[in-house]
Amino acid sequence: MDVTFQFDWQAAFASIPYLLKGIPYTLLISFGGLAIGFLIGIFFGLLRISPMRWLRWPAVAYIEVFRGTPVLVQVLFIYYGLPQLLGGPIDAITAGIAAIAVNSGAYISEIVRGGVQSIERGQREAGLSLGLSRVQTFRYVIWPQAFRRMIPALGNQGIISIKDTSLFAVIGVGELVRQGQIYIATTFTALEVYLMVAVLYLAITLTLSIGLRMLERKGLVGQ
Amino acid sequence: MKRQDAATVDARRIDPDAEPIVRMEKLNKHFGRLHVLKDIDLTVAPGEVVVIIGASGSGKSTMIRCINGLEEFQAGHLDVDGKVLEPYGKASRALQQIRTEVGMVFQQFNLFPHLSVLDNVTLAPMKVRHASRKHARQTAERLLKRVGIADQSSKYPAQLSGGQQQRVALARALAMEPRLMLFDEPTSALDPEMIGEVLDAMRELARDGMTMVIVTHEMNFAREVADRVIYIHQGEIVEQGTPDEVFDSPQNERTQSFLARVLTY
Repeated sequence: MDVTFQFDWQAAFASIPYLLKGIPYTLLISFGGLAIGFLIGIFFGLLRISPMRWLRWPAVAYIEVFRGTPVLVQVLFIYYGLPQLLGGPIDAITAGIAAIAVNSGAYISEIVRGGVQSIERGQREAGLSLGLSRVQTFRYVIWPQAFRRMIPALGNQGIISIKDTSLFAVIGVGELVRQGQIYIATTFTALEVYLMVAVLYLAITLTLSIGLRMLERKGLVGQ
Repeated sequence: MKRQDAATVDARRIDPDAEPIVRMEKLNKHFGRLHVLKDIDLTVAPGEVVVIIGASGSGKSTMIRCINGLEEFQAGHLDVDGKVLEPYGKASRALQQIRTEVGMVFQQFNLFPHLSVLDNVTLAPMKVRHASRKHARQTAERLLKRVGIADQSSKYPAQLSGGQQQRVALARALAMEPRLMLFDEPTSALDPEMIGEVLDAMRELARDGMTMVIVTHEMNFAREVADRVIYIHQGEIVEQGTPDEVFDSPQNERTQSFLARVLTY
């Protein structure tokens, strides 16, 4: 019996224009969420290293809760759960951005903490001894160095969050995976289409990797 | 030591009646249960060069780090340039003012690796003294030339030798036009062949009348530039006097045994 399966290249390529419609949503949710997550991460990451316990504690709680629960549960909670509290619906894209923001924010808090703590104590002392205030010392001396050290870990987190958005097909956001599912529902070409979906994710993440590597190389000056 | 140096050093004017720049009275500091500084009394007059010697762990670095508030103390009085520093390291306006007027050079240089040599030197004058970029730049170039690092201002610290880095660190501190300079073992992290160039820069600074408090293991240098040498042992000032008094006829037996160990020349 002949069971040879013919990979249908034509079907694969035919799906691409359709899949591409998902990319703006994938990018919007990933980068929108990561941008907010970065701000959250700076905020809680710095609270986390505060000498004052009552500032540290909320940061620890935030990080543990959002790092310790799955991003899928977080988005379901935001999309289906929160409207019950708020009394009105939340659109799926907003829910997706919020989920990436709070989830990546928890990880980025730890990245920020590690980056800042990795800077030698002498740097802070040198800044303070020159008469710079604590805020100035942080802004001009500590942060630029810490940020450079954070780039590889931030890149990692960016890639993870981009891939996490694929889960948001379940709340009906028209991102890459969702577009694939819809297309397959009428063409039954799952093998070809999911392969193309994977290739498109790879295209996004590779672009990011290369961009970060260039940024890193630029940042190496003087280190 | 060159004859001429001695003459210029002698010509520096120290007015014993002038208001002291540093006044420590019964200063006490603990690290947990360890009593690091015990009833330290120290006054430094304007223009004076004080060298502090002692074994490692004796508290000499801790003592000068109290002067610009990098270390807190628990009891006693400390004022710097007339501004009183509170115990327990409370951040205050006085502390901030003191730091703008007291420069420090560290054992590990602590240059800012992400900034060029020029930016290292201009950062504080621009951000703290609100100097214009042009003015800060001119000052920086003059100071870099003075410490012998002209034409390197666009390099980054990692591209310089240790001796060059430490001289940039000196220029960086001087750019704030400090009234007092603290040196915390400025040559201890340097390769032997680079110690001389850093000491030369410091020697010139002393000759120009800068008030300096120096922690060092360079005994020849101490003898040459110091107006006063202080020997610290286990957190206490055991002996002080002119270099000749301390080095040639130490009175305390702990000073004697310390010097016997370090004066190998």
